[in-house]
Amino acid sequence: MLYFSKLRITLVALVTFFFIFIASSNFQDSSNSFVTKRINLGLDLRGGSYLLLEIDNEPIEIQKLQNTTTFIRNYLKEKNLIFTDLRIENKVIIFNTTEKDNEIIQSLFLDKESEINPYYNQYKSHQFDLIINKNEFKLTLSKYGLIEIKTSSQDQAIEIVRRRVDEIGTNEPNILKRGNNRILVELPGLDDPMRIKSLLGKTANLTFRFVTKKNNDTFGVETLQFEDGTNEALVSKRIILNGENLLDAQPQMNNQTNETIVSFTLDRVGAKRFGKATRAGIGKQLAIVLDGKIVSAPVIRDAIISGSGQISGNFTFQSATDLALLLRSGALPAPLNIIEERTVGPDLGQDSINAGVFALLIGFLLVVIFMFFKYKIFGLIANVTLLINLFLLVGILTIFEATLTLPGIAGIILTVGMAVDANVLIFERIKEETRNEKNNIIAFDTGYVKSKTAILDANITTLIAAIILFFMGSGPIKGFSVTLAVGIFTTLFSVYFIARMLTSLYVVKNKKKVNLI
Amino acid sequence: MINFNKFYKLFNIISAFLILVSILLLFFKGLNFGVDFKGGTLIELRASDENVNVTSLRDSFNNMNLGDFNIKKFGNENDFLIKIEKKDRSPKSIEIIKKSLSIDLGNSFNFRRVENVGPKVSSELLKSGIIAIALSLAAMLFYIWIRFEWQFSLGAILALFHDVIITLGLFSLFSLEINLSIVAAVLTIVGYSMNDTVVIYDRVRENLRKFSDIKIFELTNISINETLSRTIITSVTTMLALVSIYLFGGEILKGFSLAMIMGVVFGTYSSIYIANPILVKLRVSQKTILKEEAD
Repeated sequence: MLYFSKLRITLVALVTFFFIFIASSNFQDSSNSFVTKRINLGLDLRGGSYLLLEIDNEPIEIQKLQNTTTFIRNYLKEKNLIFTDLRIENKVIIFNTTEKDNEIIQSLFLDKESEINPYYNQYKSHQFDLIINKNEFKLTLSKYGLIEIKTSSQDQAIEIVRRRVDEIGTNEPNILKRGNNRILVELPGLDDPMRIKSLLGKTANLTFRFVTKKNNDTFGVETLQFEDGTNEALVSKRIILNGENLLDAQPQMNNQTNETIVSFTLDRVGAKRFGKATRAGIGKQLAIVLDGKIVSAPVIRDAIISGSGQISGNFTFQSATDLALLLRSGALPAPLNIIEERTVGPDLGQDSINAGVFALLIGFLLVVIFMFFKYKIFGLIANVTLLINLFLLVGILTIFEATLTLPGIAGIILTVGMAVDANVLIFERIKEETRNEKNNIIAFDTGYVKSKTAILDANITTLIAAIILFFMGSGPIKGFSVTLAVGIFTTLFSVYFIARMLTSLYVVKNKKKVNLI
Repeated sequence: MINFNKFYKLFNIISAFLILVSILLLFFKGLNFGVDFKGGTLIELRASDENVNVTSLRDSFNNMNLGDFNIKKFGNENDFLIKIEKKDRSPKSIEIIKKSLSIDLGNSFNFRRVENVGPKVSSELLKSGIIAIALSLAAMLFYIWIRFEWQFSLGAILALFHDVIITLGLFSLFSLEINLSIVAAVLTIVGYSMNDTVVIYDRVRENLRKFSDIKIFELTNISINETLSRTIITSVTTMLALVSIYLFGGEILKGFSLAMIMGVVFGTYSSIYIANPILVKLRVSQKTILKEEAD
């Protein structure tokens, strides 16, 4: 019907002004406006870095298998069970047993209370799958055993990543889990991610170990390279101290040698252990090993009991700062690989905003001019509706603090082009109806009623595409699907509540007019 | 009234031919996948030194031994786009490129954009892109099936296939780059083309109810004509928006808007010349819709 209650008119007007108000807050200084919400600019508009890191869980898996093998060996020995040929082959732990002990060992592995093969109640699965072939036992990490390893390494890694990023001090970093072995790092405003990339690329596994000359060290020995690649040394596998015992680390200038060093402080346990080891090892070389490379290997002159020490090693001030930062933030459980990187400089971002806004203005003007020439008064109404539609769209994006990306701006421009479709469908239908129906009001009403299904179907199909895009798309593309989808709702609202009200006001006043549209 | 139906046969043959050519192109020439889907590195450079050109850049990059690469101008006079195909690169490589460039050509470079996509991520992105397009086609098929009859659903989906395949065929023909935003464009084309088809179908259905004595061949023509002015006006306004994105929206949106422009052209055409002839072929009549409504 063409009658609109005062209440409805007021409500629609209120909603409209509310959104205009909200939308306009984006263009004001945040300090002196009521609304503090803003549309977030995506990294492609604001400039910044997007890094997708993947945790390489292979070393952890292998470590787990080795630990379990050792554990099985001791456990079975303790229980006086016979086993032979315990080994790891292709990530499978294999051993043989005798007829007599077979069943006992089986039950040790398959019991829900098993100490040797933990049972996860939430997954209804053991850590290891057991395959028994007569007297041969084969253990592989079960699906959930692997998931458990991955999620726990991801939990640890994201914590360390967060600390390292925070230490660098970028504003509003966004660090999120992706799947169970990835971490997404978004760093707005950072146009050169080189430093953060090199910091995240290091595991920062620090150990203090003695340099030995003999090959018969009880813990085993390995040959490690010096970091500068010039030399190598035989180092015991016995770890005196590792990074976990570090309380603090800072870059410093050694006043005597004028050399940059990293000084560190140990916790109580660490200090005690360090003191004991250095006392016993006076005259020996102590290798400071970082990620499998020797940073330096000074000769111990005195026992270090103060719980603090220094690392020297041809540092520049920058590299000493970075090393200190890495040591403070702790070691990653496993290496991280950067598998995707997207960086946009701030000036390109600003250029994109300018271009996008300019294209929006031109697009809007072209559509508005076209509609006015095509439909005159009705075109004017459609244009007012379109403008309000834009405010609604921007307002809703503001309320949800949605992220606007460059494709998102394209989505808004496209909405401008496609939003008039609903009004065009209605106007064309009314035009058709007026050919047979002399009463403009009836023609007008039928026009609205009959065009409804087409408008709904047409918009729902676009909405379906937008929703699929939202769930399958990534980053900037998601921004496009959001503006497209929100645009559909604001279009329907503005067409059925605002345009309809305005057109009916006109039609009621021009009941008898021939060639209404 | 324009006799669209007079040309059903002719345009069906043309469409079939275009689809065949497109499929052959896709099959033999393939698509020019960008770093999103192929992996590799993309660098957008701005040189403040006007003496820097594609040749001098190419010489400098040649010395870096980065494997296959491609350098071209990008919009503005001194903007360049460099694509490097090598997939397994260390995170340090950008730094190395920066250093070598400054040694060879001075310090006048601004790295405006760097994209580095590993092989694992690119194959995942490609997979999810294909799934997204397939899923949207399936969703449309299903939606139209619910809202109309299966004959309409089939017609609409064939029209969609037609639009998507020919758009991709053109991308293959002109070796235009396929990246993530093209997937977004294809999905939007699917939405737009559907939108267009649905409006005409809605009218066909309405007319089927109204007239029992008009054959579907005539009926589709009437429906197309009745909705023609809307079809034109909406294509024009959408086109106006897209052309302004293409011309003024910056280099990054060019591929996206171009794909959309093609899509709108084919989407409008296919709504008339694919979606409707299918209804004729399937002998849709008043019975088709009344039977369904009686159930």
